[in-house]
Amino acid sequence: MKIVVPVKRVADPDNANKVNISSDSARVTSEGLEWKMNPFDEWSLEAALRLTEDAGGKKRVGEVVVVSIGPEDTTQTLRQGLAMGAERGVLVEGSDEALDSQSVAQILAAVVKKESPDLVLLGKQTVDGDSNVAGTLLAELLEWPLCNYASTITTADGGKTLTVERELDTGLATLKITGPAVITTSDRILQPEAIKNGVTAPDFKYPESDAGRYASLKGIMAAKKKPIEKLTIADLGVETTVVHHYESFALPPARSGSTTFVESVEDLVQRLSTEARVL
Amino acid sequence: MTDILVVAELLQGEARKTTLSAVTFARQVAEQTGGAFDIVVIGEGAKQAATHLADMGARKILVAEVSGGYVGERYAPTIAQVVQSGGYGVCTACASSYGKDLLPMVAAKIGAGVAPDVQSVVVEGSTLRYTRPMYAGNVFGTMTLSTPVQVVTVRQTEFDAAAPSGGQSPVEEVAVVESGTAARIEFVHHEVVKSERPDLTEADVVVSGGRSLKSAENFTTVLEPLVDALGAAMGASRAACDAGYVSGDLQVGQTGKVVAPKLYVAVGISGAIQHLAGMKGSKTIVAINKDKEAPIAQVADYFLVADLFDAVPKMTEEVTKLKASG
Repeated sequence: MKIVVPVKRVADPDNANKVNISSDSARVTSEGLEWKMNPFDEWSLEAALRLTEDAGGKKRVGEVVVVSIGPEDTTQTLRQGLAMGAERGVLVEGSDEALDSQSVAQILAAVVKKESPDLVLLGKQTVDGDSNVAGTLLAELLEWPLCNYASTITTADGGKTLTVERELDTGLATLKITGPAVITTSDRILQPEAIKNGVTAPDFKYPESDAGRYASLKGIMAAKKKPIEKLTIADLGVETTVVHHYESFALPPARSGSTTFVESVEDLVQRLSTEARVL
Repeated sequence: MTDILVVAELLQGEARKTTLSAVTFARQVAEQTGGAFDIVVIGEGAKQAATHLADMGARKILVAEVSGGYVGERYAPTIAQVVQSGGYGVCTACASSYGKDLLPMVAAKIGAGVAPDVQSVVVEGSTLRYTRPMYAGNVFGTMTLSTPVQVVTVRQTEFDAAAPSGGQSPVEEVAVVESGTAARIEFVHHEVVKSERPDLTEADVVVSGGRSLKSAENFTTVLEPLVDALGAAMGASRAACDAGYVSGDLQVGQTGKVVAPKLYVAVGISGAIQHLAGMKGSKTIVAINKDKEAPIAQVADYFLVADLFDAVPKMTEEVTKLKASG
């Protein structure tokens, strides 16, 4: 099974409250914050690695290609993916400012057509834009089946058929899709038994984790030798169109008031009743 | 003048309340541009569900009966056709998992840009400016779309459910458009969560539990009595959902549900940025936590430093007493 995993670099999401706005309000600035792989993409990469390995025998049985769009130093994000275990990387050169979900989907569609994988797995959203849009646009451009918010994936026929549970506001829904397909993942895709690929023993349990696997030292060394293909948007023959235009940004107003530390449950309930008037 | 198409969200043949948040948005845009709004109801039981939306002030209601469970690819081509033939400038739905799944598909089919999860809209002449939370609610971005048709999903907590405005919108049937891709997607099952409690996104009071509750059983025996004493909805942190203590649909946060109740009680939740993104719009926030340095303090109005296993049963008792004394 061959899987393409698009990964975006984002300003450190655990410090998202430290992003700032430029003095003309036209840009979000993240100086001082580290670039990290978008967590949802990282979890999708973890799912892709699980789908293409024999976990018991620690053997790769498929291919994962990580793809990113960005300036030269985005290769670091791709190297992280390679160190986790992906086989190859593709970097499409582009500037972050000149992209939106539409143009990103157009570029990714061109890369996917070139790679013709069995599956594209990506995060349901990036934690900077929080849009939830690019994956869906990508599936539509490819005219491939789409499954958003996957919490479990079970493959059959060597990855040609996929049974996917989707986590919705109203509960769990199950779809059976014939690949090639586009799947976006939810948080639960990391659960110990979320992925069944027909190769790893069905009772195998991955360790509990809220993130993708750590790159081992061996993995980091190996990643240095793995190929990263560099392409331009022109190489792909794509004419991108940007249709989403951000005019200005603002920081949210701080919550008014301060924190009152209360001593006892009685005091808390009393205050909620008489002071906050919410009981 | 901009005409707006509202896409209703059906669940088991009934329109969900999320639909009414999209109606509120549509009314705002219609009023300011001198346009009108219609509602499209699609899915199994659409005709029946449409009758319950007839008093919302829509110019007309369009219905398309599509049997079987929800598959976005089976709905999107029909909605795209309705948008194009009806000359709408905006197509909208609530930014629930349904709207966030379906509307970008519609957008792709008609070449429209998407303004996702917007919290407000300003109309200036023929320009619609959307403001939306980004970076886990740490930045508000204001954007426009440069496509003739605009697709918008709206944040339920920022657009109150529309009240009926009377009248009786005429109902028209529309033809269902098939898609080739849909043949490769088979709907198997939808296990709909049923709860006697208020819906998480609509409740006046939300009580959420974190990993410190330590087990599914403790959610039931320790937290739920407080939830019910307060007549609240129950929520959870990602860690509690990941650990399997409660199902994923209860997750509050950047990637779960966004809530803005009058009272939010965070029990044993440290307050990661991703969690705060889903609840910091609440009016009054209470934290119950052993660690007074926990980041939840950044947003808490009241902070009880205590072991939750002592404090929560006591609070249940106190709230019950207070309510009984009425």
